[in-house]
Amino acid sequence: MHAIEKILAKNSGRESVSAGEIVTAKVDFAEINDLYLQTVYSFYEMGGEKVWDNTRAAFVFDHYAPAPDIKSAANHGEMREFAKKNNLKFHFDTNCGVCHQVMPEAGVIYPGMIVVATDSHTTTHGAFGAMGTGCGATDMATILMTGELWFRVPEIIEVRLEGKAPKGVFPKDVILHVLGQIKADGAVYKAIDFTGSYIESLNVAGRMVICNMAVEMGAKTAYMQPNEAVMEYVSKRAVRPFEVQYTDADFQYEESFVFDVSTLEPQLACPHSVDNVAPLSSVVERGEVKINQGYIGSCTGGREEDIAIAAEILRGKHIPEYTRLVVVPASSEVMLSCLEKGYIQDLMNAGATITSPGCGACLGAHEGIIAPGEVCISSTNRNFPGRMGSTKAEIYLASPAAVASSILNGCITDPRKYL
Amino acid sequence: MKKQITGEIIIVGNNIDTDQIYPGRFLAITDPKEIGSHCLCGVDENIASTFPEGGIVVAGTNFGCGSSREHAPIALLNMGAAAVVADSFARIFFRNSINLGLPLLVCKGISKEVEAGQTLTLDIEKGQITVKETGKVYSCDKLGDQAMKILEAGGIKPMMRARFQNK
Repeated sequence: MHAIEKILAKNSGRESVSAGEIVTAKVDFAEINDLYLQTVYSFYEMGGEKVWDNTRAAFVFDHYAPAPDIKSAANHGEMREFAKKNNLKFHFDTNCGVCHQVMPEAGVIYPGMIVVATDSHTTTHGAFGAMGTGCGATDMATILMTGELWFRVPEIIEVRLEGKAPKGVFPKDVILHVLGQIKADGAVYKAIDFTGSYIESLNVAGRMVICNMAVEMGAKTAYMQPNEAVMEYVSKRAVRPFEVQYTDADFQYEESFVFDVSTLEPQLACPHSVDNVAPLSSVVERGEVKINQGYIGSCTGGREEDIAIAAEILRGKHIPEYTRLVVVPASSEVMLSCLEKGYIQDLMNAGATITSPGCGACLGAHEGIIAPGEVCISSTNRNFPGRMGSTKAEIYLASPAAVASSILNGCITDPRKYL
Repeated sequence: MKKQITGEIIIVGNNIDTDQIYPGRFLAITDPKEIGSHCLCGVDENIASTFPEGGIVVAGTNFGCGSSREHAPIALLNMGAAAVVADSFARIFFRNSINLGLPLLVCKGISKEVEAGQTLTLDIEKGQITVKETGKVYSCDKLGDQAMKILEAGGIKPMMRARFQNK
């Protein structure tokens, strides 16, 4: 069996499972973000009274952090009441950050577990050897009532990433390249296991960047065998004992894709789809692309490593007049650490706007919305029409280094120029 | 659940993501009717106001990709859609729709075979589509047993209510 199958088997009380079977599995942690008040409504509509386990469910207020309007403020209020009424042990209010950063920091994510959250980017937690998957409000309400959810055991494909990344190529470039090859519907319903020497040597943040974007290929979940960096991270934080699962040597993947990372150059996802990927240099060669806004943030692009590289590029310089750079730290822990190291100060001195930790403008809610006709280069994970505001705006996705280099130059620019 | 659904169709393209079905700026809204009034406005702002009651949305590949927002099927239901037929669906959207009792059928290539304004009859159980105007019949992937069980119960909510009442 694959490690993911072992996790599903263990949590559904079975000896083994195989692709295509429907199992009902225990959920080790359930997270509801602040777009999903419907979860509370569905919970009561279905006859729910009390959350099944007050230590295994939490709200994270990240999409509207802090509340941008009266409606979202009222929604927060109803969710706080529900959290209080159920005496939820963990609660992450508007001061904390993006759920996928906040949960690992709080130690509720660890290898061998199942985490389900009302957010498609829950695939992120494969970085820790956990099985993470997203669901909607009503599925979440059934979890809150029963502690379990039905799953179809997914087919598992391997994405093997070998080699060392050249200068200027970051985990974001690697996953954008993979996406461009496998395409937006290339892994629908499937699980992706990321393997190979590149993944084995990658730090926790880099692993999270890659697993986060597995869902952009349609994947149900992502997985990476925990490495030393992960074990060091979770051993300091995990709130429960855990067991790492290992894939059997004779496991057969449905399909394997192999990539040599050492030959890559910086990548760009062009408007308006995540799989419209090309080497950044080829886009620049076709002609100058002027930028109105740079954006560094989100559950894939707002970690300390992302802010650090932007600060390195922008330190002592200033972005051009009439452009702006919005930086949204993924969590308060990230923001505090960046403050301590002076990155936030460097970025502010370079002309950046720093906002409170959270999802910000990644999904077009607030804090950096873009207008018709504007062009944004962003370290986030989606460039769908209207994702960050106007459907008549254009979004390019790139690494934080490419975002910083581009906004510094006022047009899309190869980050290797500044590294 | 009605096993046969007949309705007039609209057609949308490939990779229609949940931001196009229901843009982020409306996510704080909780009134279902109001949610329905913004349905598919990321594709065309006039779709919801002109959508035929009981109509069927026909889409290309990977319909509902992107976010896990349940607002997407809530919007479709409250716009008056009786079902969605697509070349393929994204998985969270698929689950959310079945949970809410919105029937879906996967029929590869269907979006290129039909024309906007035609009337389709869907047989959900058999996995079959009939085009009224041409008389052509298309066979689809049948829904899995789990999805059929939930749809037949009228969605996951009546199922859970029954389960918890018996406790």
